[in-house]
Amino acid sequence: MIAELGHYALVLALALALIQSWSPVVGARKRDVALMKLADSTALAQFAFVALAFAALTYCYVASDFSVANVYENSHTQMPLIYKFTSVWGNHEGSMLLWVLILAIFGALVALFGGNLPAPLKANVLAVQSWIASAFYLFILLTSNPFRRLAEVPVEGRDLNPILQDFGLAVHPPMLYLGYVGFSIAFSFAVAALIEGRIDAAWARWVRPWTLLAWMCLTLGIAMGSYWAYYELGWGGFWFWDPVENASLMPWLAGTALLHSAVVMEKRNSLKVWTILLAILTFSLSLIGTFLVRSGVLTSVHTFSNDPARGLFILLILMVFIGGSLALFAWRAPLLKQGGLFAPISRESALVFNNLFLATACATVFVGTLYPLVLELLTGDKISVGAPFFNLTFGPLFVPLLIAVPFGPLLAWKRGDLYGVAQRLLAACAVAMVGLAAVFAFEGAQSVLAPFGIGLALFVMAGAVTDIAERIDLRSMSIEIIGRRAAGLPRSAWGTAVAHFALGVTLMGLVSASTWGSERIIALKPAQTVTISGYDLSFDGMVNRDGPNYRETAAHFTVRKSGSVIGIMEPSKRVFPSRDGMSTSEAALLTRGVSQLYLSLGDNNADGSIAVRLYHKPLVLLIWLGALVMALGGALSLSDRRLRIGAPKPATRIVAQPAE
Amino acid sequence: MVWTVRIVLVLLALLGAAPLHAVQVDEILPDPVLEARAREISHDLRCMVCQNQSIDDSEAPLARDLRLLVRERLKAGDSDSQVVDFMVARYGEFVLLKPRMSWHTAVLWGAPLAILIAGLLAIGFSVLRRSAAPPAPEVALSEAERLKLAAIAGSQPDGA
Repeated sequence: MIAELGHYALVLALALALIQSWSPVVGARKRDVALMKLADSTALAQFAFVALAFAALTYCYVASDFSVANVYENSHTQMPLIYKFTSVWGNHEGSMLLWVLILAIFGALVALFGGNLPAPLKANVLAVQSWIASAFYLFILLTSNPFRRLAEVPVEGRDLNPILQDFGLAVHPPMLYLGYVGFSIAFSFAVAALIEGRIDAAWARWVRPWTLLAWMCLTLGIAMGSYWAYYELGWGGFWFWDPVENASLMPWLAGTALLHSAVVMEKRNSLKVWTILLAILTFSLSLIGTFLVRSGVLTSVHTFSNDPARGLFILLILMVFIGGSLALFAWRAPLLKQGGLFAPISRESALVFNNLFLATACATVFVGTLYPLVLELLTGDKISVGAPFFNLTFGPLFVPLLIAVPFGPLLAWKRGDLYGVAQRLLAACAVAMVGLAAVFAFEGAQSVLAPFGIGLALFVMAGAVTDIAERIDLRSMSIEIIGRRAAGLPRSAWGTAVAHFALGVTLMGLVSASTWGSERIIALKPAQTVTISGYDLSFDGMVNRDGPNYRETAAHFTVRKSGSVIGIMEPSKRVFPSRDGMSTSEAALLTRGVSQLYLSLGDNNADGSIAVRLYHKPLVLLIWLGALVMALGGALSLSDRRLRIGAPKPATRIVAQPAE
Repeated sequence: MVWTVRIVLVLLALLGAAPLHAVQVDEILPDPVLEARAREISHDLRCMVCQNQSIDDSEAPLARDLRLLVRERLKAGDSDSQVVDFMVARYGEFVLLKPRMSWHTAVLWGAPLAILIAGLLAIGFSVLRRSAAPPAPEVALSEAERLKLAAIAGSQPDGA
């Protein structure tokens, strides 16, 4: 009954979305306020019905209602409660339902808080949102119904895939989807602006908070996924250039570019056409990300054809939305008037530089990810494009970008003074050089890349500090002035500096963990000790334990540093009887500052020894800490008064009344 | 989206096998120089049943076979490039994570630079077009505006 209720609610949401797809557009054309206002109500009602559908599916999971096929395939009575919740989106059908739920949330937010938007713009935005929503409701209802019942009710479920039973995964997909779907708002605004054929700086100011919010969530989502892969997949890597990861990286790169170009548009009324295009591309990449991963086409062309209905529907949606919006762009973009001019050396140009390299990096990932697929379709040749390709191409594209990061915020709008900025960055440059030299002296000439990478990371960080130091007039040495200026500095300026600083932090983690990490692969018997980077790990023996829905064999290790015990590590292997004895390897992590010891188990050998893989990963936590701080920078910027208050209403001309 | 089930794990589940590890203890060559070369080569070779994983990272049984094969060739005295050639001859270009330059990968390898140059050109053209466009015609002030301006200028001492 509950499942049918959820199904029915979803159908109702589709009906509402269909109404919302045309009525506001007609209303905006005819300037009919009632028709335009209708969109607010339908957006809120849509949200209510999708939330009901989602709640229904969640209920089926929590109640372990195995008559629902989706629950039977992905749940188990013995599974801990939290995973019963997360299982809802740990599968194709449920994750699509989560997708539309988030879309409906964003739609409702626009309806609720878009009060300061011009009515026709708001109406068109909500209509475009509904086009997307309708397509997705149809996709779910026609090809991926999560509420499908089984004729014969099984006694027990098949359990969630064990590698997905993890807290990191409870948070990863919702964050990622908040990012993907959040970009739909920028897309809707872009399409609405094209429909109206009018766009101004205020448009950028409305779009920016939504983009920022989506970007923050996507940043956190990607970081979470990377950390999860690091500790769960058991070999200590954090980025694999896996097509699935690339699918989430592309919208992030485009979104980052969008964030920066929207600044130019808001402040200088320039780059309008490009910003619109970026908004369209960013969401298109989000759609591609969602769908290519879900359809399995990235893994192999053949999984795609396993389910032709789903695959064709996906292709159709991609074609309609991406093709349609690009066609609309080609038709209407020439109507948009270009604004403010700027000199080749200026903050605008720095942001154009940023966009050029981010867009190129994004396109490189796109080509690298899809090339094997296209080549196989066209010629039948099978090739692989993996990490070495991306490191070789992506790396060099990011170096100029990173060098430019400290320059951007210091350059003046319209016409900047590159020489002056370079002088102001001398201190940052000195810090970088000292770091570079120190690493070089320490390492010898083994690797050129590592000292350079550390130097670059320090330059980016010191550049961000310089930016803030100048703005709060640190040189005045007067606490009063500094305090007053720091308090008066807009939060968006703090946000920029914090996010840029964090970029350096992440880079430092990446360089350090991949250059100075050490590894031991060894077979140990109880009471034996292995040493890595000054840490001694002694193997005390094996322990058997029972988890809620698995059996676990853990190896107990005591970790010592110069004789004194600093911790215990218990890597384990879990066997899930509910999944035909499928097993997972749970690595043990010991955190020391921002560095980690990483220990995972291999096979038991006949002679009673056990194979272990041990890593020391110096500064590895900086990678994700950097991402976290980056998102924090976004939050700071989002809390800026200017964005909270929203765009100013166009000033009404004050007509002087003649004195009487 | 890293969480999509990796083929490796699916395969393992089907086989009901315990998770193996990437490089295993018994594979490691006694000669550290040779072993380091083996690791280096393994990084760039794909485990063909996995989703873009190198044989150095992969836990699949096939990856183990390939790792052993690499080490066998090295022990037999092959140079690094000979080992790679041997693998390509046996398994095709699919085994290389870094595709070789050839006519069918020209677009792939050329893409980053081509896109960057195209972007630069696009920026250049838009700058040229905008500077070539006639500047906005200077509209003469209307009489009312001129009077207003004069009033403002006049209110300042000596119009300074």
